[in-house]
Amino acid sequence: MKHANENELIGYREGELSQREEISAHLAGCADCRRELDRIDAVLAALDALPVEDPGADYGQRVWQQIAPRLGGRAARWRDSLLGIREVADWFAPRRWAAIGAVAVLVVAAFVAGRMTKHAVRGSDTADAARVRERVLVVAVGEHLGRSEMMLIELSNAEPKNSKQNVVNIGAEQRRAEDLLQENRLYRQTALEEGDAALASTLDELERVLLDVANGPKEVTLVQLETLRKRIEARGILFKVRVVSKELRERQKSAAKPPAQNASEKKEGKKA
Amino acid sequence: MTRMKDSVESAVDSDAIAVERTLSGDRDAYRVLVERHSANLFRLAYRMTGNRHDAEEVVQEAFLRGYQKLGQFASRSNFGTWVYRIAANYAIDRVRQQRREEARKEKPARDDSSGQELDPVDFVRDEKPLPERLTLNAELRNKMKEALQALTVAERTAFVMRHWEGCAIEEIAGVLKSNSGATKNTVFRAVQKLRRALEPFVTKGMEARAMGQQG
Repeated sequence: MKHANENELIGYREGELSQREEISAHLAGCADCRRELDRIDAVLAALDALPVEDPGADYGQRVWQQIAPRLGGRAARWRDSLLGIREVADWFAPRRWAAIGAVAVLVVAAFVAGRMTKHAVRGSDTADAARVRERVLVVAVGEHLGRSEMMLIELSNAEPKNSKQNVVNIGAEQRRAEDLLQENRLYRQTALEEGDAALASTLDELERVLLDVANGPKEVTLVQLETLRKRIEARGILFKVRVVSKELRERQKSAAKPPAQNASEKKEGKKA
Repeated sequence: MTRMKDSVESAVDSDAIAVERTLSGDRDAYRVLVERHSANLFRLAYRMTGNRHDAEEVVQEAFLRGYQKLGQFASRSNFGTWVYRIAANYAIDRVRQQRREEARKEKPARDDSSGQELDPVDFVRDEKPLPERLTLNAELRNKMKEALQALTVAERTAFVMRHWEGCAIEEIAGVLKSNSGATKNTVFRAVQKLRRALEPFVTKGMEARAMGQQG
């Protein structure tokens, strides 16, 4: 082969596949072409030293916070947008009915409990209704957190079916995460409406973890599973879930006591 | 290697699920995609625009456009590549627009200078004294900025995507709306221009370092 020209050497340097072996063989025996390639390399290496700023480990989260309010409505699926088929189909999707069912249970429970309280204690109806609503929420969220905790623990302890496999099937946990995700959104929304910012915040964090699990692959390698475990640990979500569950149990007990006692306890608490 | 391949494949699978969920009305599923691909897009956008502010704007716009066009995205392709391409296209438009505006605004003031158009790289602020910045010879660094600024937008895009981002020629051709042969030539032309502009300074630096080591 005659000497390689500049474009051939640039192509060689930039990973061009054609003539690669030929040029490589030529370079092995031609000092002139090697020097020429070194000069090209030196320029590219100098350019490589130009730094790229590090946007930070939380950059993706910041981007989401910036764009989320600007996203508007749902992303359109072009083939459905003309006919509106998807919207209709969505109303009949089993998952949607499950979510609606969960809300209905909550509303009916609140209504029934409210009526029972009204019969038992006449007078401060509004305060009673609020207390009952909170009690229903406390019970429902407490159970939801218990189920979430159980799922996360099982996920953390997941192992391959036999020791020879290096892949773990977390399909079952994933399906549970999907269901929990639906519930979680409802409870987070309700907590926000009830003005319980602390509970809403924990549910928001739990939601991120559930999203990670639900959107991940069904079969994960041991390395991926370890990464997932570390992510769960790093967020301390299990600890937070346990703390909130305990708080909710205490609120449940406190709500079960007579109102007068409650009021005095609150005062005591404030003093403390 | 197999593990890395597995991880890439499962990321693609997981992207496809998140896309499907977003299309089904689960807006939060899009968050997974945004959080996963933001850093990649930022790196590309920074190299193409040369500064953090523009790079961040490009990343946000790319994800917003991605969300609006998600219905047109064929789920069999890779979301990461798709949104990367949106970012590259938007960065090209933005840099071209800026160059036009700067040329119009700055022309009278620049008549007595080098006459070269203003490049976004010039706006990069040295916010932190990174080791690379300190070790990089200041004169050479200025020359590199000038050399990059002297490239056309297509040459710069081709160089950034091929040399720094390792993209396939076909992918770059898609962004530049060109064919593979012409795109390869654009890469060659970019490297040739950079070489002509920088080789004297690079070799001077190498010689100076060699002299310093001898002394």
